[in-house]
Parts: sequence; C-alpha cells; structure tokens
Amino acid sequence: MSKDQKSNSSTGPVKSMLDDLDTSNKNLQHIGVEYLNVHTEGTVHAKRMPGTFRTLKWWAASVWLFFFVGPYIQWDNRQAIWFDLEGRQFHIFGITVLPQDVWVLAMILLFYALLLAATTAIAGRMWCGYGCFQTVWMDVFTWIEEKVEGLPNKRVKLDKEPISFKKFRIKLPKWIAWGLIGFLTGFTFVAYFDPAIDLWARLFTFDWTSTESTIILSLAAATVFFAGFLREQTCIGFCPYARIQGAMIDTESVVPTYDYDRGEPRGRLKRAVEGDATSELGDCIDCNLCVAVCPTGVDIRKGQQFGCITCGLCIDACDSIMEKIKKPKGLIRYASLAEFAGKPFVPFYKRPRVITYTSIMAFALAAIIYGISTMSPIDVKVLHERAPLFVAMSDGSIQNKYVVKIVNKSDKQLDAEIKVRGPEGLVFIVDEVIHVEPGNVGTATLLVRIPKKILTKQNTTVKIDVQDIHNPAVKETYSSMFIGPRIR
Amino acid sequence: MAHNNPWPDEGNTGHIWDEDLRELDNPPPLWWMLSFYAGFIMIVFYTLYYPTIPLPNSYTKGVAGWTAIEEYHEDYNILKDWREKKFSGQEEQLAALSVEEILQNDELKTYAVKTSKVLFGDYCAACHGSGGQGNPNFPVLADDDWLWGGKVSQIKTTITNGRQGNMPARGMMGNLSDEEISQVTDYVIALSEGRADDAAVAAGKGVFAKGMCVACHGPAGKPLAPAGAANLTDGIWRFSGDRDEIIKTITNGVNVKKNGETTANTRVAIMPSFKDRLPNADVNIKRLAVYVHSLGGGQ
Repeated sequence: MSKDQKSNSSTGPVKSMLDDLDTSNKNLQHIGVEYLNVHTEGTVHAKRMPGTFRTLKWWAASVWLFFFVGPYIQWDNRQAIWFDLEGRQFHIFGITVLPQDVWVLAMILLFYALLLAATTAIAGRMWCGYGCFQTVWMDVFTWIEEKVEGLPNKRVKLDKEPISFKKFRIKLPKWIAWGLIGFLTGFTFVAYFDPAIDLWARLFTFDWTSTESTIILSLAAATVFFAGFLREQTCIGFCPYARIQGAMIDTESVVPTYDYDRGEPRGRLKRAVEGDATSELGDCIDCNLCVAVCPTGVDIRKGQQFGCITCGLCIDACDSIMEKIKKPKGLIRYASLAEFAGKPFVPFYKRPRVITYTSIMAFALAAIIYGISTMSPIDVKVLHERAPLFVAMSDGSIQNKYVVKIVNKSDKQLDAEIKVRGPEGLVFIVDEVIHVEPGNVGTATLLVRIPKKILTKQNTTVKIDVQDIHNPAVKETYSSMFIGPRIR
Repeated sequence: MAHNNPWPDEGNTGHIWDEDLRELDNPPPLWWMLSFYAGFIMIVFYTLYYPTIPLPNSYTKGVAGWTAIEEYHEDYNILKDWREKKFSGQEEQLAALSVEEILQNDELKTYAVKTSKVLFGDYCAACHGSGGQGNPNFPVLADDDWLWGGKVSQIKTTITNGRQGNMPARGMMGNLSDEEISQVTDYVIALSEGRADDAAVAAGKGVFAKGMCVACHGPAGKPLAPAGAANLTDGIWRFSGDRDEIIKTITNGVNVKKNGETTANTRVAIMPSFKDRLPNADVNIKRLAVYVHSLGGGQ
C-alpha cells in the first residue's frame, strides 16, 4: 500500500475512483458500444424480386429435395439410406456401417466442419445464405406466405389488424401449408431411421410408436416455429454461427459489400441538369430497396455485420436499380475489404487460412476413403480366458482357452473357419465351421495347446485366422497371446 | 435506509450499496410465478400420494400405498415372466434331452453354457475356482485329467451323487516304512516325468509293487479305468507335486477313517452330492455338466 493511499484513508471516508468523474453521460453509446443492428419492428416482411442470386438460391435450395426423396430409394430390397438404430447398423447404399466403424462418421463430421470454415473464409456465410435448412425452409415459407397473403406491405397491414374471423380465414391456408411442410420434414427425418414405406403404412393404421410420434410431431412443430415464426431471429439470436463468423472471415474474404466510396454521399436522384450540383452525390440513391429485400432486415450499407447471412439478395436489388438509372452494376457486390483498401487480390488458394483448412479436410477425406475401402465385412475379436490363464494338460502340454467373437457385417450368411498359427507343435480345437447370420455375432470357444517344452517365454504370440469358407477373400487375422507358466 | 432513499419512486427495496447499487422489487415474470404455483400444487398431491412424512414409529403411507420395493418386485416379475416365456422352449428341451444330446445340439449347448455361469459361481466356484481353475487341493476342472471320467455323462453322475475316493495310508496293507515311502515318492515323481525306468528309482518301483499301489493306479502308474485313482504318469497332481507333499499323501492317505473318525493328517477329498443342494436339480445338473465339460477338458 502506498503512502498516499494510507494518508487518504486516514483523513476521511474511502473515495470511489469514480467520484471525480462525471458519469452522467456514460450510456452505452457514449462509451463506444454500438447497438447491434437488429430489426426490432416485428416480423421482417422482405420484398421478393428476381435476379441472379435469387435464381442461385432456388437452385441451392432444390438440393434439399434429395432429403425428401432419399428415404424412398431402394437398394437390395431395403431402404438405400437407412440408419437402423435397432439393428445397430447404418446402411448407405451398398455400404453397411456398424458401430465399430463409427469413427468414419467422425471423420465425415470433421470434413464438413472444415468445409464450413473454408467456405466462410473464402466467401463468407455461404452455408447460411444458400444451404442452411433454416434459410431454405424460411424462404419457402415466406414464398407461400406471399402467395397466400399478398405482398409485404399488405402483410404488414394484415399483421396490424386486430384478430378477426376474416384475418383467420386469410391466414388459414398458409398455416395448413406450413403445417404440411413441417409434418413432411419431421416424417422424412424419422424415415431415415425407420423405413419410410412402412412408416407411411403404419401412419394410416395409427401404429406409430410413441417415440416416432413424439419425434415427428415435435420436429413438425419446431419446423413451423423456426421457419414460420422465429425466422431471421434464429439466424441472429439462436445460431452460434452468427457470432463465430467474425472469427472465420478476414479482410480477404469475399462477402456482399456496399461500395462506400462510390455510393456516398447518398441522395435522391434528381433529373440531371448541366452544371448542377447533383454530380457531387454518389451512386446510391437511397431507395432502401436493399433493406426491403433483406430476409434478415439488415442495412448492408452499414458494412458487414452479424445479421447478414450473405445471401446476395441485396445485390440483385441494387443491380436492378443501377440498371434503371443507367449506372454500372455492382454498387453492392461480392468484394473483400482488402479490395476496397486497394490491396492486391490474393487468390484463395494462396491464403494460409484456406490452405490450413483444406489440408485438414484432405486428411479427413483420406481417412474416410481409407475407412470405407478397408471396411472388412467381418470383425474378429478374441478374448483370452482369464481364470485360469492356462491349464497343464495330461500330455504335458499347456492349454489356453479363447473366446472368438466374429461379427458378420455383410448381408450374407458367414461360414467362418478358424485356424491358429504359432510355434511348431501347436494344436488347436475349435468347431469346424461357425455360422454367423448377417449383422450378428458368432461365438466360438477355441482351445490351443502347445507342448510345454517348446515354450521359451511366458507369453507367445499366436495368430488367429478367421476366413469365410465360401469366399476366401473375406479374412481377418487377430494377433493374440498364448500364456504359459513362468519359465525358470 | 429508507429515510435517505434517493430513488423513492422506482420501487427499490431500500437496500442500497456503494451509494448507487440498489435492489429493485420487480415481480418475477408471469410464467415463472405460474410454474411456481403449479409446482406448489404438485407438492400437495405428491405429499398425499406417496409415502412422505416420517412419524415416530412409522410414516405416512400415501393414498395409493406405493412403495419402491413393491415396484421393484413388480418389474422383476415382469422380467422373470418374460425370461420364462422366452426361454421356455430351451428349458423344456434341457429337461427332456440327455446330456449327450444336449452336447450334440450347438444351440442348446450354448444356451446351457451361458445360463450356467451364475450357477457355477454360486455352487462350484468356492472350491473349483471361478473358471474351473481349481484351488490348492481342489481339482482343476479345465484340464483333461479326470479322476472319475471326463465324459459328460460321467460328469453328470459326479455332480449328482458326489464322489469320495479313498487311498489307504502307507500302501494297501498300511505297512510301508518311511524309507520305502521316500523311495516310492522318487519313483512316482520319475513316473510323472517319464523316467520310470531309471536305475535310480528301481527301488521305488519295487515298493510301488509291494505296496500294491498298482491295484488302483495301474501297473504303469495309469489307472485302467477312471475310478477315483490319480493318473501318476502325467504332470498333473491331485494334491501337490512337491516331494514333501507327496510323502504326506502316501503316509496319511486320502479320506482315511479309523473307527468312523477321519484321521488327523489324512487328505480330505469329498465332492458332495448336489442333487439335493441345487434348485431345480434335474435340469441344473445337466446344465452344469455341459458347462464343466466345456471348460476345456471334456472328453
């Protein structure tokens, strides 16, 4: 404690360090915290207009049709993509993945996580803008809303009206359509786990299990809630991606950006008169169309912000205006901050961030390919009997007992033959053929005897070969230990 | 505090710290209060429904008389019924078929083995070890050296009726001297190591004949039929293979009785009969016989 403070405390009450400051003006804005630009005036009713990015968005969205079609594709008399939880196996076309191989799934997740990071580094929230189910479902839902209730201004007016039978009647078709889409979404999701056709059949006989009903109905409700009611608030307030994107993009990421230098000062376009002062104005005519079309209700002219899902619809809107006022397009365009700062353009494949992300992706991809190509149709585990570890037999040999477990991951019956390799004089006793049904585990007791005088160590390695007698290519070798008495 | 409250109208509680930090008296949100009341009403019903309040010598029973142990019993019975129903086919087969037939049937054999583990642990493992590995002076069940035969039917007989072997002290006539016992011990050790014809143990070989050991252990040290006598030609010892222990066995015999009393130092080797000890003995003995047969040395 310094002398000053000591004398201070002895002379009077302890002073707060804020006492000498004038804090009357210290609200959030004054101390430099900007309020986040979030649309707060009720539901965003964005204007819809055609354009390049609008078309791109529909194409991207149509990829989700595969989600709905997926469960109806058949393969080998079963659903092609079927995550059979009860049978503990995942079928993806010809491949059957058992829980033992689930590390491959982890690699797939790693790959996609890094794909998300890489695309964000290159071109911002591409996933959010074009691919994300929230964006896509919301897009479809608002499209339906427009068909049912009319253009945005009409919808705003309708929302403001008090509850009435007329309002209910206008909105009902929309709710039915939303509910149907929501139901289909939940249904399709569950259909990947319980075969779709059977699930339909059981719908009409009211034969769903409580788990199925609960998941389907709550997913349907969640779909309507998120895509119909919560909408852009999900992207802004719920999704963590909005917050972490700041760490994932940099000054070289290409995102929809307003060309500030070209646009400002913005102002109403006046008829050009020669020698008039209008030329001092920038290209932005402050028509606010970019705000009107934005599905999350942000103003892109304030710069890159967390509400922006980089869908490019403002670019479409601005380009249409630029065309009308005969100015070059691209006042709002996909551009990086480095470009505006006049820095040379760095191709994305030369940026360390992108290189790092893609090399991790390459690793994950290699692991996936390795995993799938070496996925053996059988899996062999050998458990050594522990009590007793070994038994002395009357012929002077030592016997070890093993339990061999053979998992048949293929869809054909497996007739496995077990053979043991080891030191000379080794004898083994096991059932001639072990039948294992598809997706099942076969168990065999294996007895191995080695004459005591041959054993040179307490532990001797033995190789246990398991082979399908009908298909010799199906083969696994398990390396196990033969345990004998301590050698003195 | 309240007398110098600088913010009298904002609804604070009058608790003020650090000059301007104060506690406001805002009501909790409606949904919160509603769940609070709902929770309170739940407690009332809960208190009435379940055993709740401890009394000096008892407790309130609750209107439905629910108890945890009863619920457990109910659930256990459901499981038991389910098991009985699911495995009734196998159980019937175990009862109907002979042990040899059970052994022939892969599926039934697996079933018998898998359902025997607990039974073996409860009734057999105390002496024979959890995996049949034996204990000092109790036979190993996992090897192929059987005193009473390693066929599954013989194992079944052993479990059903029990076994009790006898070995007289000091030879059949009880007349071997310590010197002779020492000699025959050397011979028996040589037998187990395959050196029976060594000149060094010739004296012991003579004693082996004189003591009439051959009567049970066979002329070459190997019993002609499994009837409780140990095979002396292999490296497996019923008791211990240490020289002193072998001398002890020969000197005092096994299960030797005098006037109805077991003698002091004799080896005690009694396998009790399990036909009255096991529940559902008829089926369970078959099950255990198959299990023991599968431990590693069944013939």
